[in-house]
Amino acid sequence: MSTENGADAGRSPGDDRVVVPLKAEQSEHPDHLSVQSRELVHVPTTDTAMAPHDDPRVGDVDEWGRSENIRQLARRFYDPVYRHYFRAEWEGLERLPTSGGALLVANHAGAVPSDAPVIMHGIETELERPVYGLADNFFRKVPVVGTLWSRLGGLPAHPDNAYRLLHDQKQLVLVFPEGVKGTSKTIGNRYKLARFGRGGFVEIAMRAGVPIIPIAVIGNEEANPVLARLPGARALGVPYLPITPQSLMLGPLGTVVPLPAKFRLRVLDPITFDVPPSQHRYSRTRVMDAAQEIRAQIQEALYEMVAERRHWWSG
Amino acid sequence: MAKRTGPSNVLITGVGTFWGARVAKALESDESVDYIVGLDVKEPTIELERTEYVRTDQNYSILSRIVAECGIDTILHTFLVVDPTRATARQMHEINVIGTMNLFAAASAPNSTVRTVVVKSSAMAYGTSAQDPTWFREDTHRSRSPRSNVERSVAQVEAYVRDFNLDNPSVAVSMLRFANVLGADIRTPLTRALEMPLVPAVFGFDPRLQFVHEDDVVASILFAMNHRLAGTYNVAGDGLVPWSEVISMVGKQPLYLPAIGADIATWPLRRSGLLDLPPEYLALLRYGRGIDTSKLKAAGFSCEYSSAQAVDSFVRALRLRRTIGRHRPQYHYERDVEQFFRHSPAVLRNRPGGLVGDVAPADD
Repeated sequence: MSTENGADAGRSPGDDRVVVPLKAEQSEHPDHLSVQSRELVHVPTTDTAMAPHDDPRVGDVDEWGRSENIRQLARRFYDPVYRHYFRAEWEGLERLPTSGGALLVANHAGAVPSDAPVIMHGIETELERPVYGLADNFFRKVPVVGTLWSRLGGLPAHPDNAYRLLHDQKQLVLVFPEGVKGTSKTIGNRYKLARFGRGGFVEIAMRAGVPIIPIAVIGNEEANPVLARLPGARALGVPYLPITPQSLMLGPLGTVVPLPAKFRLRVLDPITFDVPPSQHRYSRTRVMDAAQEIRAQIQEALYEMVAERRHWWSG
Repeated sequence: MAKRTGPSNVLITGVGTFWGARVAKALESDESVDYIVGLDVKEPTIELERTEYVRTDQNYSILSRIVAECGIDTILHTFLVVDPTRATARQMHEINVIGTMNLFAAASAPNSTVRTVVVKSSAMAYGTSAQDPTWFREDTHRSRSPRSNVERSVAQVEAYVRDFNLDNPSVAVSMLRFANVLGADIRTPLTRALEMPLVPAVFGFDPRLQFVHEDDVVASILFAMNHRLAGTYNVAGDGLVPWSEVISMVGKQPLYLPAIGADIATWPLRRSGLLDLPPEYLALLRYGRGIDTSKLKAAGFSCEYSSAQAVDSFVRALRLRRTIGRHRPQYHYERDVEQFFRHSPAVLRNRPGGLVGDVAPADD
């Protein structure tokens, strides 16, 4: 919550803030009051006579749109799904910082991806600190879904947003550099990472002066596999039109129901950058090298985890 | 960026509007200000003690004469229409763009005495779209080019301000971009929406909005003037408040407009005058807007009211108004009366060695 009542914060002595008595106001409405009635009721003569209340807010939605109350409610409902349906298991949770900002970078998959809620739920319950998830602007345009996503800790992936969260507010921020390329890939390409964007996430971490913590997730590709993509997504204004087993069984909306795949998550070693923070731009070579390296690390971890897995359902 | 020193002659544009009049009123108690000249097409609507009101046409054709003959050193350009429901596109263009152009043409005449210019702009300069960051800094570009008349008009005004700044490097030009204003008196499309029995909201969207209190607007204009604060600054209260929370603070229920085709669906309502929400405000009710005020804070000014406190101030004024109606007497400008009080030797403060300003001759 960043609502400060910075009443006197940072005001210079030369600033003479005059209390302005406003005797009349601009209005088209007639004045109904007679002189007499004005004497009977105590009426403040100026508006500035009414000092601001300390905290008149009635809700708990923060500047990013996240609401801890709604998040708490969601955690209560999601916990059985997380524990008994996906049976999520973490490895290396101790690598996540209990304070200070960090950029969490994970692989992304599934027609309606379950990796974001699982990672956010897992970290929030285990570390008891909020996680903000960066997502495509597309979310913001969808009624209800966009608002809900925002209340649950999601926000548009804009570099300015990420910088403010990581650098100024020292929060955990989750990003999927594969973006839509990850979620739209078909089942034949599972666990093969798509291109990691243009390395923007590395630049964000460098600028904010925070470490990148890669996370490898398996199970997600089987929870919501894309069998094929239908053409015409662009015309409908959506990123892609997937055909999933659930949509074949339950109809198009069935896609939102994931299959009960076993989730395993591995937190890899944090990567820090020895570059000064808050620069306007960083060397393209360094950024791309780092992005490539992080991608390779997650890819390696994924191969290893898939190799160790006996069955996608039992784990 | 030196602080203003010594006496000055201030010219205020739009003294017949809400902002011009309030800024003039606030300036009158500043004894280091010698003369206050207020320009407008219509008369001031609040009582002013010593501001000299000059009636002009809306694009200030007599301005260069006033600047030269009064030795104006400070211009407070508050006359910018950002409420598209109050003026036609043509009027808005005349007032905002042509007015600003003429103002700066007069101010940059060869032997101009103007040293400080404060322009009241609007956060509308940033627009509203789904691609926006949550917070706009002064140097953040808008995500999409302006589409509506008022946004284009604000963009053109800002372009003239920048040109003037480039041509006159010795003049301190401050451009203040204000968030949506709330307070006890101001009327904007948003306050009118909040005064409706059911407050319009776009279904499925709950944008976070930022507000600035009307007193903070006046205070920041004076701050920029007194400190000769050159550059562009965002002015807004701290924090963002969801529209749903604003509605519940006002104690109303929302009226959901359809998320798809809101423009068409609300057309009958808008046509009949029941709903007064121009397109740029409908976009605001979808995506909201936040402007980062850290630059102004670093310069030494923070708003007294946070966004939520500005809403609260509006709510309290609304309750007061609902219960006891308009509690302040209406003021009508009368030229002869005003001339008498300003210039007649019968008035005490006009006598040599008489009273200064409107201070009562009481204890001290």
